Amino acid sequence: MNLYSIRAIYIFEMSRTFRTLLQSVIAPIISTSLYFVVFGSAIGSRIQAIDNVDYGSFIVPGLIMLTVLVQSTSNAAFGIYFPKFIGTIYEPLTAPISYFEIVIGYVGAATTKSFSIGLIILLTSNLFVDVTIAHPVWMFLFLLMTCVSFSLFGFIIGVWAKNFEQLSLVTSLMITPLVFLGGSFYSISMLPEIWQKISLFNPIFYLVSGFRWSFYETADVAVHVSFIAVLAFSLLNLSLIGLIFKTGYKIKS
Amino acid sequence: MDHVISIKNLNKTFANGVMALKNVSLDVNSGEILALLGPNGAGKTTLISIACGLTYASSGQVFIAGYDIRKDYKAARRLVGLVPQEIALERYENVLDTVHFSRGLFGLPPDNALVEKTLRLLSLWDKRESSLRALSGGMKRRVLIAKALVHEPTIIFLDEPSAGVDVELRKEMWDVIKGLRDQGATVVLTTHYIEEAEELADRIAIIDKGAISLIEQKDQLIKQMGGKKIHIDLTEPCSSIPANLQKYDTHVTRDKKSLVYVCDTKYREKEIGLFLNDLHKTNLNIRDITTKEKTLEEIFMSIIEERKP
Ligand SMILES: Nc1ncnc2c1ncn2[C@@H]1O[C@H](COP(=O)(O)OP(=O)(O)OP(=O)(O)O)[C@@H](O)[C@H]1O
Ligand SMILES: [Mg+2]
Repeated sequence: MNLYSIRAIYIFEMSRTFRTLLQSVIAPIISTSLYFVVFGSAIGSRIQAIDNVDYGSFIVPGLIMLTVLVQSTSNAAFGIYFPKFIGTIYEPLTAPISYFEIVIGYVGAATTKSFSIGLIILLTSNLFVDVTIAHPVWMFLFLLMTCVSFSLFGFIIGVWAKNFEQLSLVTSLMITPLVFLGGSFYSISMLPEIWQKISLFNPIFYLVSGFRWSFYETADVAVHVSFIAVLAFSLLNLSLIGLIFKTGYKIKS
Repeated sequence: MDHVISIKNLNKTFANGVMALKNVSLDVNSGEILALLGPNGAGKTTLISIACGLTYASSGQVFIAGYDIRKDYKAARRLVGLVPQEIALERYENVLDTVHFSRGLFGLPPDNALVEKTLRLLSLWDKRESSLRALSGGMKRRVLIAKALVHEPTIIFLDEPSAGVDVELRKEMWDVIKGLRDQGATVVLTTHYIEEAEELADRIAIIDKGAISLIEQKDQLIKQMGGKKIHIDLTEPCSSIPANLQKYDTHVTRDKKSLVYVCDTKYREKEIGLFLNDLHKTNLNIRDITTKEKTLEEIFMSIIEERKP
């Protein structure tokens, strides 16, 4: 393992984050606060508690997930798409480093960033509603696994994307709908049966369910099922990335 | 001979069907400067990209210091520095950071002294805090060179290093490149500036339409293919070549005011004397005589011309 190489990519990516601190950190905080104002206070006060959890508190894990998923995917995607776009990708590709090390550098940085944003949103939420965390270790583990797996996914999107439109389409047409349909703001038991079945095919549903369990011990599926689903999604992405580098798909001509 | 780069039967067909390389084999000797010349689209960049790991070959092999670039890519790449043809830099980084980044990427610990030395070598030290987007094109090109040198490679690929670099700095860069060779590095460079190849190269390879058409010691090439042009200015226009000069390679310029005699180097010794004798006998009124060596460009064009069907 070439630590200096990984460190170089990691530091480079993190300093890009710090250059754009406003849009990368402040923006998610503001949008989360808006959700609380709208869903938590305005609408939430008219919705009854779900599984004995106050609606405002109930949506906290889902909101964190929404932001973390969007951030992981878009950061990692942008992180690899941009060097591809401006041509600086020639450097990592000609350096004596393995694909795995390249991925650790880029995905590690994207994970760090979205994980930190997730924590910031957790703290912000606490200002608006009561948040209790029944299983903090599981909570951190789920958050971390989510950041890793969707940063890996974002990396794939970044390699695949041909232009900036495609990059943003993935988050707006894929991640956001899946989060909304994945029970972030409701329990799927509230859905008609057919939609409950369909939800089982949504990977994000497992994430949200497991993550919410670590807060309030209420879940739509057993927690270990959630955890295995996240793990499987990470491994799937990891193998796809392996394939990308092996074949040179869209990064080598 | 000690071949530090060994390219064997390399073929490259791009996804769009373009055959960029056709069975290219090439050996580069340790410690030499090899200039790769050829017209636009000849395949120079493709060849370098394959050797550096940016592009996969369709078939064939490349060995760097004996390491297969696919199987032993780490060992091979550690030795190699690449200055790409296209300027690609992160606009918002500064010069120092980007050079440190390149060294780190190669798995090496930070070395401030070496970074400083490298930046000074390329006259960039004063610009070290400057953001990359604020640099001129020639400075950016030199940043790329600094980035390629900062992991102390022993094999350096320079794809048109002097494109966009002004005359004075180009001379400085030539000194840098010669300095690298003097320290034992092997250099492969492409250029469209013939004087650059003439100034730097030990050997010259000419590539055209994806195939190596010639590889030769530079001095040998100039001796074999080179020659002298003797330009004879006349006081009165002359419409045709005098009969006794017709056996020489001579022509009249378009304005008919001068006569040009091209003497191949290989005949130079016996022919020039004879020509001057015959010239004397023609009774032409001569205003001035100038002589000029054929440039590498002319040699290179004539080789490509010769091979055209
Ligand atoms: N990624 C690619 N996909 C398809 N064709 C390509 C690709 N890269 C290069 N080519 C084609 O391969 C041929 C060789 O290109 P290459 O860039 O190697 O030429 P070159 O000798 O470096 O030219 P120049 O002097 O203009 O830099 C050209 O016909 C070019 O159009
Ligand atoms: Mg080229």
